[in-house]
Formats: sequence, C-alpha cells, structure tokens
Amino acid sequence: MKRRNLIAGMAGFMAAGCSKVADSKLGQSLFEAAESWHLKAHRALADRQALAPEFTKADLSPTFKGNGSVTVDSAFYRTQLAGGFADWRLEVNGLVATPLSLSLENIRRLPQRTQITRHDCVEGWSAIGEWTGPQLGLLLDAAGLLPEAKFIVFRCADKLYGKDYYESIDMVDAYHPQTIVAHMLNGEPLPEKNGAPLRMRIERQLGYKHPKYLTAIEAVASLDGINGGKGGYWEDNHGYQWYAGM
Amino acid sequence: MKRHSLITRLWHWLNALCVIVLFMSGLNISNAHRYLYWGDYGFDGIGAWTAVPRFPGWMTIPGHYDLAGARDWHVLMAWPFAVGLLVMWIAMLINRHFWRDLRTTRAEWKPAAIWHDVVQHLKLNFEHDGAKFNFLQKLAYGSVFGIFLPVMIFSGIAISPGLEPAAPWLVELFGGRQSARSIHFIMAWATFGFFVVHIALVLLSGPAKQIRDMITGGKES
Repeated sequence: MKRRNLIAGMAGFMAAGCSKVADSKLGQSLFEAAESWHLKAHRALADRQALAPEFTKADLSPTFKGNGSVTVDSAFYRTQLAGGFADWRLEVNGLVATPLSLSLENIRRLPQRTQITRHDCVEGWSAIGEWTGPQLGLLLDAAGLLPEAKFIVFRCADKLYGKDYYESIDMVDAYHPQTIVAHMLNGEPLPEKNGAPLRMRIERQLGYKHPKYLTAIEAVASLDGINGGKGGYWEDNHGYQWYAGM
Repeated sequence: MKRHSLITRLWHWLNALCVIVLFMSGLNISNAHRYLYWGDYGFDGIGAWTAVPRFPGWMTIPGHYDLAGARDWHVLMAWPFAVGLLVMWIAMLINRHFWRDLRTTRAEWKPAAIWHDVVQHLKLNFEHDGAKFNFLQKLAYGSVFGIFLPVMIFSGIAISPGLEPAAPWLVELFGGRQSARSIHFIMAWATFGFFVVHIALVLLSGPAKQIRDMITGGKES
C-alpha cells in the first residue's frame, strides 16, 4: 500500500506540475506552437491535394455511428425531416461576389463526388461510410469567392449543451477534392443522426471538423469575433485543437 | 572516458520526461474510448478484442478526465520525443555506442549463455567483465531503441488522419488505423514494463551512484 501511495504521489506531482504549466501563458503558447508544427509538417509532407485513402463497398462498417448532436431540437427541423427538407436552404455568403441560397434539389443537380472514406473520431473510434455530394470548391467558385477570404465557416442548425455548433477550415482544406457537402450516406439520404439533410466531409481531419445539419457556408477573412473566436464549437468551449489532423 | 556520453545523458532525461508525460496523457486519451480493435474501423465496442480499464485520475495528465487537455500534452511532447530519438539514433551510430555496446553477438543468443545471464541477474550480481552491458541489458535497451520507442512514433503517425495521405502505406503496414491504435497502446505498456524493470534494477544496484553517473557522466570502470 505504501509503495502504491508513493507511485500515486509521484504521478500526482507530475500531474500537478503539468497543470501548472498548462494553465500558464507559456504553456498555452507551447500547445499552440505544437499544433501549428503538426499542421506545417503535414502540409509539407503531403501534397495539398493528396487524398485520404478511399475504400471499397466491402470495407464499409455495418452501420455508421452518430455522435455529438444526433438531432436538431426545433419544430422547424421536425417538419422538414418529415417533409424531405423541401424548405431547407443552404446559404453561401460572406466574402463572395454573389451570395447563394440553395435548395436540396439545387445541390443534388450539381456535379457529384462519391467517396468511401474512414471517419476518425477524436475519442479514438473509426467508421467507414460512402458519402455523396458536390465539392465545396464548386459552390465557392459559383458564389465567386473574394481574394480576402482566408477561412470558410460552417453554420449548423444544431446546438450542443445550449451553444450553436459551428466549424471552420482554411482554403487548402476548402478546395481539397474530397471536401464535399454530403447529402447521402451509403446511397441513402443522410440519416438524422448523421446530420440530415447536409453535412461536411473534411476527410483529412478528425470527426468534430465535419459539421452536421448544415445551414450556411460563410467565407471570412479572420475567425476573430466569430463566437469564441477559436473557429469552432469544440475549440471555443472545450479547448480542442483547431487543426485536428492528429 | 565517461561512463555515459553527454548525448546519452541529455537524451536519457529528455526522453524520460517525454515518456512519462506521453504515457500519463495517453491514459487520459484512452479513457475517451476504452475499446481496442483490429482492422480499419471499430466503434461502440462492437468486435473489440479488448476493453481496457478506466484509468484513475492519479495515473493521468491532467488529473481528471479531459481529452482536449490530454491531447495538448500528447501532441506537444510527441515532438521532443520523436526528434530526440532520431538525434539519439544518429549519435549512437556515429559515436559507435550502438555497435560497441548495444549490438548483441551470435554467441550471446545461445540458451546456456542466456540462462547464465538470467541466473546472475536474479542473484543481483551485476558484474560483467569486458563488455559494457550484458546480454539482457543489450536486449532490453535494444528493444526500447529499436522496437518500443520507434513503433510508438510510427503507430502514432499512422493514427493521424492528416498524415495518412502522405504515407498511406504506413497505415496499411500496421493493418489499418484501429490496428495501429491497438499497437500504439500495447507498445505504451511495453515501454512502461521496461520502465518498471529499469527503475527496479537501478534501485537494486546503488541508485545514488547510478543517478549521479547519468547526470555527471561518471567514470568508465
């Protein structure tokens, strides 16, 4: 028992020391630096357009887990879900020449990309699904992205613990060929728990970067001043990294 | 001639710090999803080959469940850990530490010789003439340098979706992302196993001198 207490004491000392560092300004700037080194290393080692592995239908996981928000708690969402999302609109706005307001029918009529990819949650699990939808770059080009735009912000209908879900990516990921606005999973309209009617696929990052229940795509010059300013729900409220490629 | 070269001492303490923080933050990360799988996918424990225990707060960094905080530490310390090992490997090859002291010879792999070493270890007789390390030490340090630590790094890289487009073969080599994650976990505990034996033997062989020599360099006996 004594030895166990000693080990626990030493582990506790490490943990206490670490939390002191983590709470300090230096600690926070070290964490931010490490995150940006990972991003730079990944960008240096992989081509900007390099694809995440694509699988075959034989590799699909038997189901696709829903996590985080698994529905939207609003009367509007209920009626839309029941009526095939006839009145759902996806706005493309912000720093664009021509803002767009698209119906699901508009989105389905665009050129489509279908990809079977693996989804990795920050918690550690993975699932494989087949996603279909137009490339985000196509929508941005149609709206006429302005040169000042540096980030794309995704607005969502769902709330988690009372706060609006949102996410953001930079232009490298925005124009990546596998970055699509998915409206189908495994050949069926997107299920409710997976973000019906629309969700993003950002294939080279962890699951929390793939926002669901998508309502708007906004081009911005900076993430400052948008909600908590850190570029996403998990980033603002729970301290997760903005770059989730590791 | 010093008993431990400067690069060995610097790396030893830097690596010790990295391994401890990575291990304890890793246990916190493990608490986020306690199931381990083989293959490419796995969720909700379906088809898991094992469910690992929930690790208590005194074993984890931070000292309570905090996936984001643990990831901050893990992602930060991964850098000195990986770069440190790379530098140490290059140094060991250049200063001949690897060829001279760590490499095992064919004669040492004979069962009788191994058994002799085991018996001497259990008798706590740490004298070994000529070579710096005996066979079991070479095997332990060699496994840490050549297997445990590099496999930790490569399996960590393999579970990073941002690096997979650059090296999809690496993930395939491990047999899929969830296999890489399982191996990452197993290697972490293998490294912990080494750590326990290492500390125990230091304590049994004159800890004050051992620790002093790993700081000052000591004298080659």
